[in-house]
Amino acid sequence: MSSQEIPEKNLPSEQDTAHGAVAVAEDPFADPGLPPHKPRVQDIDERAAKRSERTVALLFTLSMLSTIGFIASFVAFPVEKIVYVWPLGHVSALNLSLGVTLGLALFCIGAGAVHWARTLMSDVEVADDRHPIEADPVVKAKVMSDFAAGAEESAIGRRKLIRTTMFGALAMVPLSGVVLLRDLGPLPEEKLRHTLWGKGKQLINMNTNEPLRPEDVAVGSLTFAKPEGLEEDNHEFNNEIAKAALMIVRLQPQDIKDKRELDWSHQGIVAFSKICTHVGCPISLYEQQTHHVLCPCHQSTFDLSDGARVIFGPAGHALPQLRIGVNDEGFLEALGDFEEPVGPSFWERG
Amino acid sequence: MKKLSARRRHPLAAVVVLLLALAATGGLYAAFAPAGKAQADETAQSLAIEEGKRLYATGCSSCHGTGGQGGSDGPSLVGVGSAAVDFQVGTGRMPAQQPGAQVPKKPRIYSQAEIDQLAAYVASLGAGPITPTEKQYSPEGADIAKGGDLFRTNCAQCHNFTGEGGALTNGKYAPSLEDVSPKHLYEAMQTGPQNMPSFPDTTLPEQQKKDIIAYVKTVNGEETETPGGFALGGLGPVSEGLFGWIFGLGSLIAVAVWVAAHTAKAKKS
Repeated sequence: MSSQEIPEKNLPSEQDTAHGAVAVAEDPFADPGLPPHKPRVQDIDERAAKRSERTVALLFTLSMLSTIGFIASFVAFPVEKIVYVWPLGHVSALNLSLGVTLGLALFCIGAGAVHWARTLMSDVEVADDRHPIEADPVVKAKVMSDFAAGAEESAIGRRKLIRTTMFGALAMVPLSGVVLLRDLGPLPEEKLRHTLWGKGKQLINMNTNEPLRPEDVAVGSLTFAKPEGLEEDNHEFNNEIAKAALMIVRLQPQDIKDKRELDWSHQGIVAFSKICTHVGCPISLYEQQTHHVLCPCHQSTFDLSDGARVIFGPAGHALPQLRIGVNDEGFLEALGDFEEPVGPSFWERG
Repeated sequence: MKKLSARRRHPLAAVVVLLLALAATGGLYAAFAPAGKAQADETAQSLAIEEGKRLYATGCSSCHGTGGQGGSDGPSLVGVGSAAVDFQVGTGRMPAQQPGAQVPKKPRIYSQAEIDQLAAYVASLGAGPITPTEKQYSPEGADIAKGGDLFRTNCAQCHNFTGEGGALTNGKYAPSLEDVSPKHLYEAMQTGPQNMPSFPDTTLPEQQKKDIIAYVKTVNGEETETPGGFALGGLGPVSEGLFGWIFGLGSLIAVAVWVAAHTAKAKKS
């Protein structure tokens, strides 16, 4: 806003001459009102208005053409076609053309609307005064007397039995809705406490789908295993592996500080749950020299040489360890399920 | 025959028999003994070990000990095998510039011939993973989709979904796999350098290593296609969100400011 738009009498110099140097204006914050309307080229010159109209129409037409281009490229380009476009590199012709045409179609509608509003629609400012929301006293009195008359006629204050039972009925009705919430799903029951691991289940290498032998697992290596009998095409695979996922590492037995960890290992081979005990991210960023496992989500760090105890981050408890041994055929097997629920804490975990 | 048997008690008979026996033994030996080429190979091998030992004494022994037994500054090299040497020295990680959380990749100092000699010497200290041949690591004809599966199971947790690398604890990090040669990828899986766990052939067979190499080369190579346009470092939602917030939202604000800053009035004030 430039100085010309401020009414003359509100300018400091004007006030000084009108009231003297020490006088204060009667109402220094008086509403200066709207500045006088100034016309646009299009308001004066009909040729310019026509030009604007054509520009807006052109933008809208461009949008229509872009939409046709979108449909055409959807038909024309196969999904696997790759083209080189500077500076994007080797991109999918379909993705690029769909994106460009749809973007252009939307942009042209927006740009056309803005140009229309700025150059052709009326730009005269219209002031609309505010008025109080409150009703006038006559209406208020009428409502209050009507209400009182209604209460008197219904006898709600006099016949207390009706009033009380009505309140009771109204209070009880929502209970039906609350009871229906019970049908939202079965309770988890014991599912959070048990996994597919159990006594005698062999540890199956996720890579080869073969049972693991202790000699396969070298010191410093990292292997992932699933319980015997769980195949990827099983209906329940995702639900089960989400709890049963296992990471296997081998330490030198003398490096294991925790006695229970050593007891539950086999020749230094230890098997831990791969599910972080904080919020259940898969956790396997294993550093083979420090034996630390890092969770990528919130940086919880566990020490696999010390019972997978938490040494950093928000996780609440150590990673559960699976007790393992070797069966008669020389394959690694579980000696039972996890002793505690895997994954994040829950209310009844204990 | 009669003549021969008649002379069997001749004083020189024993000498003749001895000579015949010696000739037979010698001839048989010459016929069945290992070929001369093998002998030459063995000599070349021992020469390489000798040469490697000399290089080792100058370049490596200050940290890893004079006999590769290790010390306070470096781990023992007994049993790490030639593959570990080929990886560590071939990617310039060794000799290390300074001790720290992690020894970074840098331009290599030794020539491939010298690396081979060093590897021969370290391999002679104890059996370990052997430098793979091209037939073992070449991704030709490998199953890329299977490699992607295996990569996501075994590698993606540290190296990111397309091998861009990521942070670990206390200043350590998983390096980017861009521009890493198939041989070095193979050796890294086999030997587990620094804090990376190893993935030996017993748990990740040779063919699966090839599949993984083929996958990495497909999603993170020079010719990698990015169907969506800018990959923005392939880092996922962090860089994509940052780009969207700064450049996407930024340009919308700039357009809005530009529209509002230009009056449509006939008389510009």
